[in-house]
Amino acid sequence: MPQHYWPLYEVFVRSQQGLSHRHVGSLHAADDQMALENARDAYTRRSEGCSIWVVKAAEIVASQPEDRGEFFEPADSKIYRHPTFYQLPDGIEHM
Amino acid sequence: MDSLTIYVLRLGDNGLVLSQRLGAWCGHAPELEIDLALANIGLDILGQARNFLTYAAQQLGDQDEDSLAFQRDERQFSNLLLVEQPNGHFGDTLVRQYFIDAWHVALYSRLITSQDPQIAAIAAKALKEVKYHLRFSRGWLERLGQGTALSAQKVQGSLDELWRFTAELFEADEHDQAMAAAGIGVDPRQLEAPWREEVTAGVNQAGLTLPQEAAYRRGGKQGLHTEYLGPMLAEMQILPRSYPGQQW
Repeated sequence: MPQHYWPLYEVFVRSQQGLSHRHVGSLHAADDQMALENARDAYTRRSEGCSIWVVKAAEIVASQPEDRGEFFEPADSKIYRHPTFYQLPDGIEHM
Repeated sequence: MDSLTIYVLRLGDNGLVLSQRLGAWCGHAPELEIDLALANIGLDILGQARNFLTYAAQQLGDQDEDSLAFQRDERQFSNLLLVEQPNGHFGDTLVRQYFIDAWHVALYSRLITSQDPQIAAIAAKALKEVKYHLRFSRGWLERLGQGTALSAQKVQGSLDELWRFTAELFEADEHDQAMAAAGIGVDPRQLEAPWREEVTAGVNQAGLTLPQEAAYRRGGKQGLHTEYLGPMLAEMQILPRSYPGQQW
């Protein structure tokens, strides 16, 4: 009998108010609600978060590794777009 | 033993036995994620049991949570018969869990106003946990009931099989009544209406049939258990009994 796997979901957790959700991993679940509950059990059992997003991995549109040249390299040579000339004051977090 | 100790001990024994059962799924659940979920739920319930057993031990004076868990014999355990029933297949475990989760939510949402501050505090912490457990077990009841013909047939079998242990959840003896009269405990008879409301809704939503009558079994609270508790306790207790006082 072929092994049927549940769909893969990607999990995003926000660790505290004011921050953004971060990708923490993935898991299998049969439906959206189960994905949310599995994510709660797998990724927030040590108080890692206050909000969870789950999304079917198949529904994420991702850039492909072979497109790296045309997608990202043109930005490398345009250093005037890089905000490297600013001094960040102490005490600014999460930049 | 006074009624308070007996009342608290029963709550502790329910959790201890059920958590031991749930722990046995570790490494054997149908999916890795279910493995984690069942272990999580078991550990929540073990935490509740530890709080109740520690409180019962304080009442007794010469005991602690470990001696209550590991040094008592089958007849001294006062858990409900439902929680000691074997894990069976996933549907059996799930229905057992659903029945007890619905009961826990009804129970703890009333115990938070207990006149006994210790019981009220344990219930307040436990209530958040058991509400999540109910969400898990009711969700799975629906998935199994609305899943395939085979999953519906199996979970209906679990409902029919375990129904005979549900009447004991709502029976009150003199200790329950004394604690309810003192405002410390809840009269189990008061839990039947909210429990039935939840279970009827859950079973209907799952497209399953609520069992009507059964040859109801009782006696767990008085120490008269089904054949399944003894072997489970033997496994649970062998280490501390073989190596008394052992630490790691």
